[in-house]
Amino acid sequence: MIGFVVKRFVNYFILTAIATLLAYVLASLSLNPAQRYLGRNPQPSPEVITSILDGLGVNPNVPVLERLWTWLSNLVTHGSLGITVDNQQVTDVIFARAGVSLRLLIIGSVIGAVLGVVFGVWGAVKQYRISDQLVSYASFTVGATPTFVIGVVLMILATSLNGLTGHQLINFSGEYTAGLQGNFLVMFGDRLNHLILPTITLSLTAAAGYSRYQRSAMLDVLSADYIRTARSKGMSRNRALVKHGVRIALIPMSTYFAYSFALLLTGATVVELVFSWHGMGEYLVRSVQQNDINGVAGSVMFASILVLIAGTLSEIVYAALDPRVRV
Amino acid sequence: MTEPLTITGKRVPAVTPVLEVDNLSVTFAQAGNEVKAVRGVSYHVNPGEFLGIVGESGSGKSVSSMAVMGLLPSSARIGGSVRFQGRSLLECSDAELSRIRGKDISMIFQDPLSALTPVYTVGHQIAEGLLLHDKNLSRQAAAARAVELLKLVGIPSPERRAEAFPHEFSGGMRQRAMIAIAIANDPKLIIADEPTTALDVTIQAQILEVMQEAKEITGAAVVLITHDLGVVAGNADRIAVMYAGRLVETGGVDQVFHAPAMPYTIGLLRSMPSMASSQTRLVPLEGRPPSLAALPPGCPFAPRCPLVIDACREAEPALTGTEEDPTHQAACIRSSEITSGKLTRSEVFPRPVPLIEGTPAGTDGREVLSLTGLVRHFPLLKGAVFKRQIGTVRAVDGVSFELGSGQTLGLVGESGCGKSTTIMEILELAKPQDGQIRVNGVDVADLSKRDRLKMRRDIQVVFQDPMASIDPRLPIHDVIAEPLTVHGVSKKDQQRKVSEMMELVGLDPEMASRYPHEFSGGQRQRIGIARALVTDPKILVLDEPVSALDVSIQAGVINLLKDLQLQLGLSYVFVAHDLAVVHHIADHVAVMYLGRIVEYGTSDDVFSRPRHPYTQALISAVPIPDPALERTRVRVLLDGDLPSPTDNIPGCNFRSRCPLYQLLPDQQRLRCQDEDPSLRTVDKTSVACHYAEHDALIDTMAER
Repeated sequence: MIGFVVKRFVNYFILTAIATLLAYVLASLSLNPAQRYLGRNPQPSPEVITSILDGLGVNPNVPVLERLWTWLSNLVTHGSLGITVDNQQVTDVIFARAGVSLRLLIIGSVIGAVLGVVFGVWGAVKQYRISDQLVSYASFTVGATPTFVIGVVLMILATSLNGLTGHQLINFSGEYTAGLQGNFLVMFGDRLNHLILPTITLSLTAAAGYSRYQRSAMLDVLSADYIRTARSKGMSRNRALVKHGVRIALIPMSTYFAYSFALLLTGATVVELVFSWHGMGEYLVRSVQQNDINGVAGSVMFASILVLIAGTLSEIVYAALDPRVRV
Repeated sequence: MTEPLTITGKRVPAVTPVLEVDNLSVTFAQAGNEVKAVRGVSYHVNPGEFLGIVGESGSGKSVSSMAVMGLLPSSARIGGSVRFQGRSLLECSDAELSRIRGKDISMIFQDPLSALTPVYTVGHQIAEGLLLHDKNLSRQAAAARAVELLKLVGIPSPERRAEAFPHEFSGGMRQRAMIAIAIANDPKLIIADEPTTALDVTIQAQILEVMQEAKEITGAAVVLITHDLGVVAGNADRIAVMYAGRLVETGGVDQVFHAPAMPYTIGLLRSMPSMASSQTRLVPLEGRPPSLAALPPGCPFAPRCPLVIDACREAEPALTGTEEDPTHQAACIRSSEITSGKLTRSEVFPRPVPLIEGTPAGTDGREVLSLTGLVRHFPLLKGAVFKRQIGTVRAVDGVSFELGSGQTLGLVGESGCGKSTTIMEILELAKPQDGQIRVNGVDVADLSKRDRLKMRRDIQVVFQDPMASIDPRLPIHDVIAEPLTVHGVSKKDQQRKVSEMMELVGLDPEMASRYPHEFSGGQRQRIGIARALVTDPKILVLDEPVSALDVSIQAGVINLLKDLQLQLGLSYVFVAHDLAVVHHIADHVAVMYLGRIVEYGTSDDVFSRPRHPYTQALISAVPIPDPALERTRVRVLLDGDLPSPTDNIPGCNFRSRCPLYQLLPDQQRLRCQDEDPSLRTVDKTSVACHYAEHDALIDTMAER
């Protein structure tokens, strides 16, 4: 089993490396870091611009592969991802922002997965009944709606709720209320409050996808002979479905988890922008806007490492759920 | 135990049946119409009795027993009554039924591959059944009992095996584990639904033995549901035959087998190929069972019945006792004519006359296919990141045979013996790892790419499962014409050829635009044969062509194959695990074990006087549909499963299971251990056994 997980980890690691290198090359070729300085008034002299660009390691006159090599050796020897256009270490920015994104992502994906599994199993067990139809239509609707629309709709609903009750029940701007003073509990509660809407947005999107896959996986299992065997032993239907059904229907889901996590990452970018969170998603978008090559490469690497971790985790879950792959 | 009761036919009032099914009906509502899967079935099972329910697929035999267990989906409407020990099961809630299921009534299912949950250990799954019904039982005690049960059903080293997952078990072992689950709580009734259908004959014989043992240990009554009359002949006390959702004949096993009163039963018995004789033609039961969604009035068997009279089509006959014996019941208005002897069985279903007599047209018996020392080994790799070879799977390990034109070679053996790999190697038409394949005298290793494509026209294949081997989204014209497209035949010629082929295999060419799902299993296999014949091949490789078909359909397909061989001068390589079928169709037989041929000879020689202990065991494992014969028969039982083909067994590779080896004195055993036997001629067959002349095996078996 360890061999199996190690093998998959190595695969994911290579993929991560390729994704990062490609992101660097792509950003270097398509972004124009000099742009930022050309529009300034007074305009810096070309020599100054060149020296700034050289300092950042993004001078377009140096061949891409050479720049990539410098960037890579810096990463390996100093653990540095280069400097942002604001003269900060990219790693520092990532460390500062990662917590914000991870909080959203982890809570969102866990709630999304749990909801998806529950709704999927429910839909399969109640196949073609009204409750199944409702779950199906709801998940199609959510799946077809862009994330930012869901976010905005939720904001409108929250505003009217706040208006109706006359209290600021739900806060949704930023990740905490600026200037709020209080003890730990007050601060914690405030952050939780700010989490509500973004988390709902992310979990809904994730759950919509999950529930479809889980439903079809569960339908396969429902007609399986071993459910009948469990029933013939004297197990009640619900117990047989949970113990012998859900357990097996979860196995294919662990693979889907790795892929949906990557999708969730892109969803989170939009959510961060909509709810004005200063997370990694927002950072990626801003880096692109600012023609910050190091920033873009760094954020892509961050995302791909998350996918690497999610992928490896899903393999471990797979092996834990399915004895047949534990060789 | 219950013989006096059933054989003499007098009911002893003191005995109350364990299970009484009265006028049971099951209806499925389906897209507007109703499918009446079971229509008024009544039977009873006495304590300790062995009842065999026989019927073809779709006869309602499984549905009726699932109704007894209360395991049908909620869409099924169930009528009538089911009483278990006097308690009406149909009125019980699911919670009440759950307390009975697994404790008083337990069930064994057909497919042991899918009947066990893959993610729990076998021991856990057995213990689960115990814990469900005994809340005071500790987990340790349940686990210990599970090990005991595994030992009881004959699983070697049960302590270790209880920790294993189902995928680490062979098919036979899984079915033993299923039996262990079924007998865990000493049930009063065990329902076994086709428990041996998915298994090899040798394993089937073992499982039937275990079931008999289980029955004796628990004293339970057994209901065995099967399509194979042979399986019930030796084991059952009473037989019930089902057709189109109803019982059409019931009675003691001897009465039903020796004096059947219903034409359908007669047809079933007559259509089975027999091990005892290799008659030239089988008796097919024409037609197919009626659709249960729209049953015409009258006897449902009337359209297929050779005895049909006008009265048959008016009303469905009730199940009534025959004049001689009220417990022998048949649902046929002419049954008295049959039982009184006015109509004999051979008159009801006469043996059809072959189309052409004699040897196939245009064949001279010259060699069309020959294999010399064919070898196919697969490396066994291990390691996640770096692969290393840890062994070799010797799938085919030096196989040689010859096939003459117009002849049939039967290739038999248990699953995993290398039959399929052998024919795949032949069909590949490529240079084998070692050895030589010659088709029409040409060594296939020397073929150019173009010649190879050309040669593919000469050698075609028919697969086992007619449901899976035909693309469901192509009309059958396209299915049959596909090989012609590959070989670049014009559309017009394709059309003509397809019609010709459909005619040849007994299908109406008008049906060419229909899709595969509109055809029955037997018809689909005919489509498969037509597709294989469309390129005018000389050799047909038949991979278990009838094993997925019902007995009554099977006879028709076998007759068709025989006719085609005579008409077209085809040569067949016929792979099958059903020895009776092989005996019937093959001229020569090659018995394979672990990638090698252990016995080779003409069909009559091999089957009438098998010399290799393995062949003897295979043949004696085949159940015979004759209760009297079956009861007095002595079996050469094989222990355990086929060893893994990765094992390197020095000397004779059969000795680990060889019943003859067990009987040999020590100094003779040495030879088996050291020397690998090669094929040598004994009497008329070639045998790979050092002691093939010994009759010790047969003698000791006869003494028992």
